[in-house]
Amino acid sequence: MSTNVDTIRDLAQQEYKWGFVTEIEEERIPKGLNEDIIRLISSKKNEPAFMLEWRLKAFRHWDSLEKAQAEPKWANIKYAPIDYQNITYYSAPKRKPALTSLDEIDPEILRTYEKLGIPLAEQKLLAGVAVDAVFDSVSVATTFKGKLAEMGIIFCSFSEAVKNHPELVQKYLGSVVPYTDNFFAALNAAVFSDGSFVYVPKGVRCPLELSTYFRINAAETGQFERTLIVADEGAYVSYLEGCTAPIRDENQLHAAVVELVALDDAQIKYSTVQNWYPGDKEGKGGIFNFVTKRGKCQGVNSKISWTQVETGSAITWKYPSCILQGDNSVGEFYSVALTNNYQQADTGTKMIHIGKNTRSTVVSKGISAGHGQNTYRGGVKILKGATGARNYTQCDSLLIGDQCGAHTFPYIEVKNSTARMEHEASTSKIGEDQLFYLRQRGLKAEDAVSMIVNGFCKRVFRELPMEFAVEAQKLLSVSLEGSVG
Amino acid sequence: MSLLEIKNLHVSVDNHEILKGINLSVGAGEVHSIMGPNGSGKSTLAQVLARHETYQVTDGDILYNGKSLLDMKPEDAACEGVFMAFQYPVEIPGISNAYFLRSALNAVRKYRGQDEMDAMDFLPMFREKLKLLEMDEKMMNRSVNEGFSGGEKKRNEILQMAILEPKLAILDETDSGLDIDALKVVAKGVNFLRNPERSMIVVTHYQRLLDYIVPDFVHVLMDGRIVRSGGPELALELEDKGYAPIEGEAVTRA
Repeated sequence: MSTNVDTIRDLAQQEYKWGFVTEIEEERIPKGLNEDIIRLISSKKNEPAFMLEWRLKAFRHWDSLEKAQAEPKWANIKYAPIDYQNITYYSAPKRKPALTSLDEIDPEILRTYEKLGIPLAEQKLLAGVAVDAVFDSVSVATTFKGKLAEMGIIFCSFSEAVKNHPELVQKYLGSVVPYTDNFFAALNAAVFSDGSFVYVPKGVRCPLELSTYFRINAAETGQFERTLIVADEGAYVSYLEGCTAPIRDENQLHAAVVELVALDDAQIKYSTVQNWYPGDKEGKGGIFNFVTKRGKCQGVNSKISWTQVETGSAITWKYPSCILQGDNSVGEFYSVALTNNYQQADTGTKMIHIGKNTRSTVVSKGISAGHGQNTYRGGVKILKGATGARNYTQCDSLLIGDQCGAHTFPYIEVKNSTARMEHEASTSKIGEDQLFYLRQRGLKAEDAVSMIVNGFCKRVFRELPMEFAVEAQKLLSVSLEGSVG
Repeated sequence: MSLLEIKNLHVSVDNHEILKGINLSVGAGEVHSIMGPNGSGKSTLAQVLARHETYQVTDGDILYNGKSLLDMKPEDAACEGVFMAFQYPVEIPGISNAYFLRSALNAVRKYRGQDEMDAMDFLPMFREKLKLLEMDEKMMNRSVNEGFSGGEKKRNEILQMAILEPKLAILDETDSGLDIDALKVVAKGVNFLRNPERSMIVVTHYQRLLDYIVPDFVHVLMDGRIVRSGGPELALELEDKGYAPIEGEAVTRA
């Protein structure tokens, strides 16, 4: 018995491979947060007045929440208080790259992305992925812009969108996640430095997977990016997001906001592989990941689908949600969340049914290993007018070892009697008998664990784009190394 | 030289001794049956041979191909050619039978320094073996043992044996839970896999299985010891008279 346990423990203790630091000159502003800092960020980005106004309103709102000590405490996570005045809110690579050509990017940054396996080079066209890369706070490269522009698709950094498409930004910014939404959304609205912007015009099916890669590099810096994706009538877009960070002893704050808007008959598929630095074996360091992601199915027959594989971060607080406003609209949430060592995740989704015949599907797979604590928190709300709404929720937990925990908090609120709701939940443990069975057939213990876990996650991996699915499987086995204790 | 040499094997679980000095020699190509009443230690012996780590070997040794099995992890023993058909096969949700078996086969091939087999070569071979066990092709894509009937699970075990082609196969109560038709199919599969290089240890409570898989030797295990050995006729005698007379003998001798 002990051998199985030992092997799994070794397996879970594999080192984080993306923890290197890039030596690069950076431009950063003083630590702390006040109106002057907000003005400084806005002026550095040469923003129009409406953006500064919005930021200041957001800051004042956040400041009032902070003074009222209204940082949300309801999640099933524990962490030392965050000192918001001890964080740098803006950091950028000093040699500000012109965005016309990849050649103009600092070679150190290109090398970093190369190390991370991010296809920034144009020849990767064949891979069918267009990439926007955000390094610390600033977007450094967006590939295939020309190709996409021919079809009327806008894929650029948020800053560029503010400059070149202010009318779109003004129309949709904060329309799904207003700055008053929650503490971290307010903070993000005040200080967000960059992010990605996508607009797919009427009737256009985006032929490439659009992808953003987020990298935190600078120390004692927060990363606050904002993504806004709008799919106009009948449009389709699939968007991928990946993230890593160096190994550092102190915790770093990441508070992002993602807003999706789908108009009539539009479809948005949003996939995330989140691998921020999770902290070390003793739980020191790691990213605090407080993220607000929400999509609005504004039009009839629209569809928004979230798929996430969460393996990183010391703390994950994240609930990608769908507001199903248009009649017949569809919301989906597929999630794998893994916590190992001392990681904590409180994640799930909210499906808010407003329109008639709206449907939602929730499939959540939580894996806890080491001392990891994994919480699923899901809300399904059927409002009065949502006649004929349907929801299916499946929520499974897998435990590896006996020091970890799995928790489930489903909230269901139904105000229309025609609603049909299904909820399934299970908790299981990787059994000695399963491991022995696979090993008796010749598989090494670590391969056996990975096979069991991958089988458990299959329903979710199926939703990921092919390349990402392979990546996710590998990541899962790496993140599990040393996991059974 | 025997393929398997069990010498004075003592095995305990939680300090409770279950096997109390087993001696057994299995030559290449021989089929040995281990019979005995419930609780005599039959399954423990099977599990120890498959290197299950719950069992503590307190004395004695098991030589397999001249090497001590006790130094091997379960996966090493498997790669060396030891296969156990489980009494209670385990379910692995989300992993297809085909994927699982190809991974296992390739793990074994890799260990032996052979090239891994790709799906194009594997699938025709897989289909062939499915036919042998009269199994539906759908079994390829179903999750390992998930939702299988008792009979399907047992057939699936022999299917795995047919694919992995072990040198030593241990069949742990393969007949339990099988109706007579399923039993015949399973036995047919096992008999097909008998050859001069492959040895088998058939652990069973009932003589019934041995009508179809006729062993070269039968051993009776009682209270952790082999109390009698003989040819296939010994099984018939047990069927006729039960274990009680032998038990009496064993007690008298002790």
